[in-house]
Amino acid sequence: MVPVIDTPMRPPLIRKSPVDSPSAANGTTFSWAQISRELALSTDSPINIAHLAVDRHAHSAHADKAAFRFLGADGSRRNLSYRELGNLTDRFGNALKALGVQKGDCVFVLCGRIVELYVAVLGALKIGAVVSPLFQSFGPEPIRNRISQAAGKVLVTTASAYQHKVAALRPELPSLRHVLLIDDLGTGAIADTLELPVLMRAAPDTPALVPTGPEDPALLHFTSGTTGQPKGATHVHSAVLTHYATARTALDLHPDDVFWCTADPGWVTGTSYGIIAPLVLGATSIVDEVDFDPLRWIHILESERVNVWYTAPTAIRLLMKAGPELFADHRFPDLRFIASVGEALNPEAVWWGLDVLGQPIHDNWWQSETGGIMIANTAAQDIKPGSMGRPLPGIAAHVVRHQAGAPVTIIGTPDTVGELALETGWPSMFRGYLDQPVRYRDCFAGNLYLTGDLVRRDADGYYWFVGRSDDVIKSSGHLIGSFEVESVLMEHPAVAEAGVIGKPDALAGELIKAFVVLKSDIAPDENLRLELMAHARRRLGAAVAPKEIAFAPSLPHTRSGKIMRRLLKTRELGLPEGDNSTLA
Amino acid sequence: MSLNSEQIRAAVLAIVKRLAPEIDPAKIIADKPLRTQIDLDSMDWLNVLASIHEKLGIDIPETDYGKVQTLDSIVTYLAEKIPAAAQE
Repeated sequence: MVPVIDTPMRPPLIRKSPVDSPSAANGTTFSWAQISRELALSTDSPINIAHLAVDRHAHSAHADKAAFRFLGADGSRRNLSYRELGNLTDRFGNALKALGVQKGDCVFVLCGRIVELYVAVLGALKIGAVVSPLFQSFGPEPIRNRISQAAGKVLVTTASAYQHKVAALRPELPSLRHVLLIDDLGTGAIADTLELPVLMRAAPDTPALVPTGPEDPALLHFTSGTTGQPKGATHVHSAVLTHYATARTALDLHPDDVFWCTADPGWVTGTSYGIIAPLVLGATSIVDEVDFDPLRWIHILESERVNVWYTAPTAIRLLMKAGPELFADHRFPDLRFIASVGEALNPEAVWWGLDVLGQPIHDNWWQSETGGIMIANTAAQDIKPGSMGRPLPGIAAHVVRHQAGAPVTIIGTPDTVGELALETGWPSMFRGYLDQPVRYRDCFAGNLYLTGDLVRRDADGYYWFVGRSDDVIKSSGHLIGSFEVESVLMEHPAVAEAGVIGKPDALAGELIKAFVVLKSDIAPDENLRLELMAHARRRLGAAVAPKEIAFAPSLPHTRSGKIMRRLLKTRELGLPEGDNSTLA
Repeated sequence: MSLNSEQIRAAVLAIVKRLAPEIDPAKIIADKPLRTQIDLDSMDWLNVLASIHEKLGIDIPETDYGKVQTLDSIVTYLAEKIPAAAQE
C-alpha cells in the first residue's frame, strides 16, 4: 500500500491566487485562429510540425539555446542547441530523401531516449513522412503488428534492439525497405541494414523541409481497444497548434523554462509533450535516458533546476512510497508547476506534491485520439484534488448518455455519470484509425467525439473520472488491449483460451492478469505457468506481458461467445457476481 | 541466515528467473547493469526487490537503488547485509 502522509482532514480545494499565474489571466479571448497568427501562419499557408518546433528557432536570435539536455545512463550531460538540432534534422531528412523516402511514407523509430530518436522523429516530420515512435520495451509481436499495419517503410533502431527483436521478423515485414541502425554494440555492419552514422555523414545539411499542409498526416500513435488489434490513430501537421497552445494553458510553460516530461516518446505524451510542445515554445527540455529511479529523479529536479515537470501517477506513487525522508535534504525553489497524466491522480498525491515538493500536482486528461491535453487543472484555477480539472480554452466538453441502440444525449444535470464527449474541431483531433474507417466512425455522434471514459461533472464545471465504458486495461498509465495479450497467449500450443483483465494495483493502477484454459490433454503445473510467462514476455515485452497468469478450468462467455472479462474481474475482486456496476 | 556469495548469487538469479522466466541466467554479464540486459519494467524491478526481501530478509531502500544495478553489485550489497556471509 502507498503510505499516505498523515493529513486527516484536507480541504476539497487548493486555492490559487491570481499572482500564481500572471500569464494565465490576461483576459484575451482564446481562438485557434489567434494561435495560428501567433505562429505566423495564415489559413492556407504550409504548416510543418518540425519546422515550427526546430527551424523557426534554429534561424533566430536564440539558435544557440539548448533545445534538449540529454542526461545519459553514464552520468553524461549533453546540451543540443536549436541550431544543432536544425542541422541534424536536415541531415536526417536529406538522408531519408536519398533513400527514396517520400511524403506520406511511414517511418518507425524504436530506441531508448537518445539523441538519434529525437533527430529521427523531427527529421522525418520535416520531409512530410508519417512518424510512429515505438516503445523501446515492446517485444517482437507489438513491433511486427504495428509496422505491418502501417506498411512502415523505414525503421530507425539500435543494433541490439534489431538483433533481439526485429531481425527474425524481416521476412514478415515486406514493406520495410530500410533499417537504419545506431551501432550500440560496436559490432559494425549488420546484414540487410544501413548504418545511420554513415548516412548522416553523407547527407548534406541543406534545408530538408518539404511543404506540408494542415491536413497532411504527420504522426501515428497506436492505442488499444478491448477487441481487435491496436488501432493506429493518425494525426496531422496542424495538431501542432494544440501542442503549442496547451503547453501554455495546461502546463504554464514559458520559453525560458526548463521542462521535464518524463514520458517515453513511445507513448503519445512523450511525443506531444516530450518532443514537440516545448520545442515549439522555444523552451529547454530535459531528456533522461534512464527509467524511473527515485534518487536520480530527485537529483534531476533539483540540480537541473526544472521549472515545469510533467509526469505520471505511477511514478508519483512510487516516489510517495519511497517516503518523505528521501526528499529531506533537497530543495526545489525553481519548480513552479507540476502536472500529471495517464490516469486519475489520487487526492493524496496532489497534496503530497505540495507537502514534499512545494507545489501541488495538477492532474490533466487526454488520450491518443485527442493528440493533446483537453481537460486540466491549470495554474490559474483552484485545484480540486482528485478531479481532472476543467476543459481548456478552445475545448468544449460534455457528459453524454451513450447506450447501444439509443441516440446520444447531453446530460445537463451536475454530478450525473455519463460518457465524456468533446465537440469536434480542435486541431489535434485524430483524423482516422489506420484502415479501420468503421471503428473511427463509431467514435462520433454528430459533432461529438465519444471518448469511452465515464465521468461526472460537478456544479463548478470540474470533471471527475469514474471508469472506462469498455474493458481496456490501464497499467502504469498505458492502455493495453486484452486482445493483443490474449492472442499471444493463444499462440502457445498448450493454450485453448485466454482471458486478460486489469487487476487493481496500488502502484500501477492495474496489473495485467491472464486466465488461461489449457487444452484438454494438458495438466496445469508451475513449469507450464513459467513457460507461458516466458512466452508472453518474449513475444510482447515486459510492458505488455501479463504479470500474473492463473489457470482456469473454463472462462465465462456471453451467448454470442465473447469472453466476459468483467465477470473474470468481478471474481478476481471477490465481488458478488451479479454486481458488475462498479466495474464500468 | 548464513549464505556465502555464491549462494546469494544463486538465490538472486532464481528470483529474477522466476519473474522473467524467458532469461538464460548463464548469459547475464555480472558487471553490466541488469536492466539493460533483461527486459524488466519498473513493476518487475519492484517485484525483484520484494522477493529479495521475502527470501533473503534484506530490505533494499530507495536510497540504495544506485548500489544494486548489476548482479555483482547486488550480491556484494546483500553479502554485506547478511551477517554471516562474510566467511565464505
